Amino acid sequence: MSNKPVGMEVSVALSETIMHCDVDVIAAYPITPQTHIVEHLADLFADGEMDAEYIPVESEHSALSACMGSAAAGARTFTATAAQGLEYMHETLFIASAMRMPIVMAIANRALSAPISVWGDHSDVMAARDTGWISIFAENGQETVDLAIMSFRIAEDHKVLLPVFLNLDGFHLSHMIEPVLIPSREEVKAFLPEHIYPAPLHPSKPVAMGECAGPNIYTEAKKQQWEVLEKSIDIIRQVFADFGKQFGREYHLVEEYKVEGAKTLLLTMGSYSETAMTCVDKMRAQGKKVGLIRLRCFRPFPFDDLRKVVKNADTLIVLDRSLVMGGPGGPVMSEVRSALFGRKGMPKVSGIVGGLGGRDITVEDFEKIYDLGEKLANDQSREFAMYGVKE
Amino acid sequence: MVKSDKDMTWHELNLGCMITDVGNTMQYKTGDWRSQRPIYNFERCIKCGVCYIFCPEGCISRNDAGHFVADLFFCKGCAICERECPTKVITMITEEDK
Amino acid sequence: MEKMTNNMQNYNVFVPRIVDNDEPYSSGHRGCVGCGEVLAMRLVAKAIGRNAVVCASTGCMEIISSQFPYNSWKIPWIHTLFENSAAVASGIEAAYKVMARKGKIPSADISVVAMGGDGGTFDIGLQALSGALERGHDFLYVCYDNEAYMNTGVQRSSATPFGASTSTSPAGKRRSGQHAWKKNMPSIAAAHNIPYVATACPSYPYDLMEKVKKGLAVKGPAYIQIYSSCPTGWKCDSADAVKVGRLAVETGAYPMYEIVNGQVNITIPTPEFRPLKEYLEIQRRFRHLTEEDIAVIEERLHKEYRELEEKSKCQNK
Repeated sequence: MSNKPVGMEVSVALSETIMHCDVDVIAAYPITPQTHIVEHLADLFADGEMDAEYIPVESEHSALSACMGSAAAGARTFTATAAQGLEYMHETLFIASAMRMPIVMAIANRALSAPISVWGDHSDVMAARDTGWISIFAENGQETVDLAIMSFRIAEDHKVLLPVFLNLDGFHLSHMIEPVLIPSREEVKAFLPEHIYPAPLHPSKPVAMGECAGPNIYTEAKKQQWEVLEKSIDIIRQVFADFGKQFGREYHLVEEYKVEGAKTLLLTMGSYSETAMTCVDKMRAQGKKVGLIRLRCFRPFPFDDLRKVVKNADTLIVLDRSLVMGGPGGPVMSEVRSALFGRKGMPKVSGIVGGLGGRDITVEDFEKIYDLGEKLANDQSREFAMYGVKE
Repeated sequence: MVKSDKDMTWHELNLGCMITDVGNTMQYKTGDWRSQRPIYNFERCIKCGVCYIFCPEGCISRNDAGHFVADLFFCKGCAICERECPTKVITMITEEDK
Repeated sequence: MEKMTNNMQNYNVFVPRIVDNDEPYSSGHRGCVGCGEVLAMRLVAKAIGRNAVVCASTGCMEIISSQFPYNSWKIPWIHTLFENSAAVASGIEAAYKVMARKGKIPSADISVVAMGGDGGTFDIGLQALSGALERGHDFLYVCYDNEAYMNTGVQRSSATPFGASTSTSPAGKRRSGQHAWKKNMPSIAAAHNIPYVATACPSYPYDLMEKVKKGLAVKGPAYIQIYSSCPTGWKCDSADAVKVGRLAVETGAYPMYEIVNGQVNITIPTPEFRPLKEYLEIQRRFRHLTEEDIAVIEERLHKEYRELEEKSKCQNK
């Protein structure tokens, strides 16, 4: 494998990476904009490039159900979906996490119907945010590849054993052609040890999974699950650090961009962050004290890391790409407010919802978002603002 | 002994509430559900095992004499064995009459 | 004497000589008194043996087997949801195949058995089952058909027979029980061109166990639908669990047959039917039916049986 980046579609790069991760079982159902991922995996399977089982299931519900069977049998397991597909598997999501199944699922993030829209935003994963999965966001092709490898290592760590959402924006990232460096099978193998599930389903040592629990123990079961997800943040941090050591590319739970000296910070997730960076450069050149933070990991939520990064700012503007109906506006903003609430020296939080259903946010838009966010910080009359609505 | 879930802390739970001592309902008494119990007249028994095969509890086994008897730790007193026994070895009596 | 004749088949071959004593499904489960379904499951477990893994759907059989911290299965068992046991089984089967190929486990030769009730099979699980059958996974699907949603309190399913009173198809002043005819699920399974489909009943234990073994032996998917009496939901005597199954077969209400590579074979022929009334009258779920109702049902059941017989004769020529 050459160590020069090669231009390719991000979905294809992701699929090639999944192959290099020596995945055992893939069960997936097609949905736009995830299709290029599963199609390319099917090609690799058909060409014999990948020694795996590919289950072309009849629905997303069965996709994750088959993945649960596979993970319970101890196989390294991958699937991908988006939007309605994720919602169709919704009830299975809770079970995969509660039964501690280290499945990695790529989500080509897309808006939820209705009206039906195949275009990108974060409505899908935000509707699944409390299902007990680790949720990690990539913003470009290289990050998608790197985080895919890391996702398996995080999921399969014996202190974690939880499923992982790997979020990449539908179309805006999944269908982009970008220069990407895909680590070779050998490089991946050196980073990602063979997956050994501690108690797989096998007649040699029978176990029973998926018990019925009464009021005496359900609370304890949930407490254990909560603890494991909460503590997984340390493992994620460690895996990011180990990856940096081996591959020289750094990852953090909260990524910073020109935070030093910034009075106004913008928080974004996913591919729009790259445009936001360009905007920060432009505004900094104009002498404005702005910076950007990107949330890499939404679940578990990096409360401490976030507070550390934002504590010197006056205003923190959160751009959400989904809308909590009847609630406080954006789900990320809501979480951020809760992280900072009642603590001394923390910035005011402004919530802005935009970029829904594939609506572009340009550099100029981001400039307006910074202005709007600063105004909102001192406006007690509304919880949040929707950016770019035609009134 | 299976530890009761009443006394179990969250630290003690296996991965995803998995059960590793499988088949441990062998320690769970269902016999106290019973309102009637089988009694046997083994003189008639031809040791065919029909009662054994039709027992939903799987609690009938052969004793030293080769006769089939229900384990009252599990027997719920459904009386399928009485109904199906071809030679009428089994009679159900109500628990009060014991 | 009649009773003796009925039971002859049960003791003309002495059980201990032909049945393995091993019980992969333990006593101490919480099935209702006289549950025909758990009897069926116990027999299935005996037939599949220990080199197997069981995927359970939510339902009576799941809930009575697994009350934390207890579990009745001595072989690997997994339950996740109501409607997906066939999909979970697909994943397990695929995992064993690839892991054996990669040397991560010694062999893929492990029987994968998915099981569910009629609700989890005929209704909510039909799609996942159809997918798994169509994809050709090497697994056995066992449907325990007690003809309603018993675990939630006897609501009708598409397996509920015409006329039966359930909590959502009650017999009232204007309606007399279930108004639709039972879905022909074995035909639906067979339409997937799978190698083995069968109906079975625990009142015929050797036939049942034989079918399970056949289903496991074929390469590819197998579907077995087992008549499972439910004293609680059918409102019959708990001692009648076996008797009612025999009557179901002898009256033509629940014929026993196999479809092997598309070929129908009636495994327990019923040259002459007993009057359907004998079957219906021991279950209070049918007590509201009039003589006319019974005649209509009987005619339909006989017609269905004759059709089955025709298929069997044509194909076996």
